[in-house]
Amino acid sequence: MTAGVDGGIGTLVRRELQLVWAERSGGAIALIFFVIVASLFPFAVGPEPQVLARIAAGIVWVSALLACLLSLERLFQPDAEDGTLEQLVVSGQSLEAVAIAKMITHWLTTALPLVLLTPVTAAMLGAPFEVWGTLLLGLLLGTPALSSIGAVAAALTVGVRRGGVLISLLVLPLAVPTLIFGVGVADPLAGGSALKWLGVTTLLALAVGPFAAAAGLRVAME
Amino acid sequence: MVASDPILLRAEDVACRRGGRTVFTGVSLTVRPGAALLVTGPNGVGKSSLLKLLAGTLRAEAGTIQRPERVAYLGHDNALKPMLTVSENLLFWAGLAAPSRAEAEERLRAAVRAVGILPLWDVPARLLSSGQKRRTALARVLASGAQLWLLDEPTVGLDVASVERLGPVFAEHRAQGGMIVATSHTPLPLETVETLMLGAAAQGARP
Repeated sequence: MTAGVDGGIGTLVRRELQLVWAERSGGAIALIFFVIVASLFPFAVGPEPQVLARIAAGIVWVSALLACLLSLERLFQPDAEDGTLEQLVVSGQSLEAVAIAKMITHWLTTALPLVLLTPVTAAMLGAPFEVWGTLLLGLLLGTPALSSIGAVAAALTVGVRRGGVLISLLVLPLAVPTLIFGVGVADPLAGGSALKWLGVTTLLALAVGPFAAAAGLRVAME
Repeated sequence: MVASDPILLRAEDVACRRGGRTVFTGVSLTVRPGAALLVTGPNGVGKSSLLKLLAGTLRAEAGTIQRPERVAYLGHDNALKPMLTVSENLLFWAGLAAPSRAEAEERLRAAVRAVGILPLWDVPARLLSSGQKRRTALARVLASGAQLWLLDEPTVGLDVASVERLGPVFAEHRAQGGMIVATSHTPLPLETVETLMLGAAAQGARP
């Protein structure tokens, strides 16, 4: 559609990263939140190393899921408010491409830093060294689904006041399959089949997400 | 962009419905290359909605709209990112519209000079006054290279000198076969402009 030298998802992602950098709105807060939530569990369930080591993968996953929610409210809201979304449409960019660019940016700036910080959290919880690899693998494969589901929820709640709470209510139930299979990957007994199912849920989320998010944005622009 | 091009803007019997409320029905208009149309009417009559329909960001409830391939739209919001500089803001949009990067920069330099914001090139948008923001948004329209400019209250916040600057800009755009559709509550420096009056008494008025 676009007649310009730039255009398409690559240009949009570059622009989003430029904005994240300029606004310092990256994943630092999500990272701190991730570590704090994960460190709450030893206080709640007690410091026994065996117990913590057994539930470490679950703790990491729940903490990552919650941390991923933080930046979602501002994913589309500023663009909808300042007219950027309209200008993108007039410039011939499809809302699907806009949604995909937002998902990629969310994953790169929020989810990926969490994944990279996981060894620290895992060590803090005393997770056995053998599960670090599978835990990371599961997070790498599962977090794109969280970014996709999150973008859909963010698009559906554009224009809703205090939409952040609503986003959480939408995302958390939809993220349950990812959570189950993601934690399953780190389970030495169930690892193989869980990995396949995690792949399936992520593919499904990535296939449906852009269209659902674009539909939400279309409604918001009415 | 050639005057003999048959590309024009035409809306036939267009109706607009927003939030379950019919804003207007039966609006028709034609704008030929080189022409300008001023949409007038009291507040809330649907001037901005009509421009959004013409821009393609709103869907018409009924009727057909035929528009040139490349359209530039200036809405109420300036679509500026406060933390980016004027040039960073504008280069993104120019790149989406221009066939090459050199062309994008050249168009942009000309546009920025035309609206008089060249000294603000490296200033973050958050430090601009509202009039400067409006001129920056106008520069985006100028640099788009689009045949059709849709301008919703383009002079909001502009001082007298800045409004006068737009006169030659509009005239040059039209001389090259460009079209302008604008809404405004203040006089615009547009010569030989047709008027479309929106409102109960004038529904379906043809220019």
